[in-house]
Amino acid sequence: MARRLDISSRSFRVLIWTVSWLAILLLVAPTVVVLVVSFTNGYSLKFPPPGYSTRWYTALLDAWQLHFAAWNSLKVAFLTTVLSVVLGVAGALGIARSASATARVLDSLFMSPLVLPALAFGFAALMTFSMVGFQVSATTLVIGHTVVCVPYVIRTSIAALAQLDPSLLESSASLGASRLMTFRRITLPIIRPGVLAGGFIAFMSSFDNVPVSLFLRDARTDMLPIRMWQDLEGRLDVTIAAMSGVIIVLTLIMMLVMERAVGLSQRLRQ
Amino acid sequence: MPAGPPVRPPIAMTERLPVTVYPLRLAAPLALFMALFFLAPLVVLAIVSLYTDPQMTQWGGTQWVKMFDRFGIGVLLDTLLLGLQVTLLCLVLGYALAWTYVRMPPRLQTVVIFVVMMPLLTSVVVRTFAWIVILGRQGIVNSVLMDLSLIDAPLRLLYTRTGLVVALANVQMPLMVLPLINALQRIDPNLSDASSVLGASDWRTFYRVTMPLSLPGVVAGCLLTFAAAITAFISQSLIGGGQMLFMPMYLYQQASALSNYPFAAAISVTFLIAVLLCVSAFNVLGRMSRGYAHS
Repeated sequence: MARRLDISSRSFRVLIWTVSWLAILLLVAPTVVVLVVSFTNGYSLKFPPPGYSTRWYTALLDAWQLHFAAWNSLKVAFLTTVLSVVLGVAGALGIARSASATARVLDSLFMSPLVLPALAFGFAALMTFSMVGFQVSATTLVIGHTVVCVPYVIRTSIAALAQLDPSLLESSASLGASRLMTFRRITLPIIRPGVLAGGFIAFMSSFDNVPVSLFLRDARTDMLPIRMWQDLEGRLDVTIAAMSGVIIVLTLIMMLVMERAVGLSQRLRQ
Repeated sequence: MPAGPPVRPPIAMTERLPVTVYPLRLAAPLALFMALFFLAPLVVLAIVSLYTDPQMTQWGGTQWVKMFDRFGIGVLLDTLLLGLQVTLLCLVLGYALAWTYVRMPPRLQTVVIFVVMMPLLTSVVVRTFAWIVILGRQGIVNSVLMDLSLIDAPLRLLYTRTGLVVALANVQMPLMVLPLINALQRIDPNLSDASSVLGASDWRTFYRVTMPLSLPGVVAGCLLTFAAAITAFISQSLIGGGQMLFMPMYLYQQASALSNYPFAAAISVTFLIAVLLCVSAFNVLGRMSRGYAHS
């Protein structure tokens, strides 16, 4: 149905489209800028670069401090993800279908690290560990990261459980399947995409974590984002641009894989 | 009318749970984990803030007096103001984007949702680094303005409030856009059609129909954006620079550089409570807006 747009409606459309494009530009620009600048042939972060080369990616091959930090971050992120998924899925199962007040309280408790300042938590955890005589180590890092990453697993798992039709569980039980059998054959396959999406977000968020790592790492456990942050505070090193380029491309690939596998974008919006 | 919690079937009271319900004790390991490693540290934090000296030998309220002196209150209020500025910028840009998104063809939607999600999953350090490149003396904004001869010398954009607000808005935008898209997609498109058929302009339809119905999404998005913006330590320190002091850096300086644990603890507790109060305020608003949207 064609309707004549009056001036006022037209102004609304023009305005909202302009602002939308501004938002898109704001979202895309940083990624593009980093990718372009990482291929500079100069020594500065001048944009646009004076010329292009892959020299900083070559330099990255020799940056052993970054390799070491990246390896640490990957290890901690992996262990954090495993712990978050095990604890988180069990927790989500326990509270998702329960209407009790305890379940509501636990839900708020499990989700609260998402909004509370992680830096304050990291500092509090450091004091607590040192009080009971725990040395900071990779273990304390994994524990701290799990506290702030488990909410992502909880959120996507609960959303996935909400999609689970209870009558499936009833049919399974009436056909003689045990609870464990029903869980393995019915519940788990249905919630698996949600769990995987939550695990993926937990992994990325642990890999990227600075505030908790700042307090809970020891001198030997250098973490990639902290290494990069400290390098940026000191001097603007173009190697960091190449490192960022690698992170951006890997993130994009993983996002595409997860989108294909579990419909990541749908699950992030729940 | 808000739906109350479903009434628990009496069968759950008996020994055997129905097969559709999982036992609450499955959540026990995580509850224990969070009690030990999340709640206990917060209690420790509150206790440590009650020492008067960095060696932690004397009890007293001096840290709290110091926290709430002119300077401390200034830092706290400025941090909250920063959160407000970022949230408002995100709301304006994010709302427009979400409004356009729900009216796009599905193919384009897939691309846009990826563009929105990308910053959420890319490392914060990388995104912040990008803004250093964009806002720097030799950055893209300065080169464009110089090329157009609008300015003679590069502007100082990095280490300014405006630069920080824009950079934080980029970093936190997905947290605003995703709940807004959800809220706008739930609105029955017939409502705005009906509104325009009845002669309302797009402005009026937006103001009287779309906006009120999307309020729960607005509140949810604002809550997440605000909480993330005021605690964004990395972006605040790298783009704000040494000139601006916000609560996270204040805390970090006292704890790390000065090893003044009791004062750092007082800052932490203050910051935690401030965030908690803001979150509660947003939650109250959220409940009100849901009542409004459904009435």
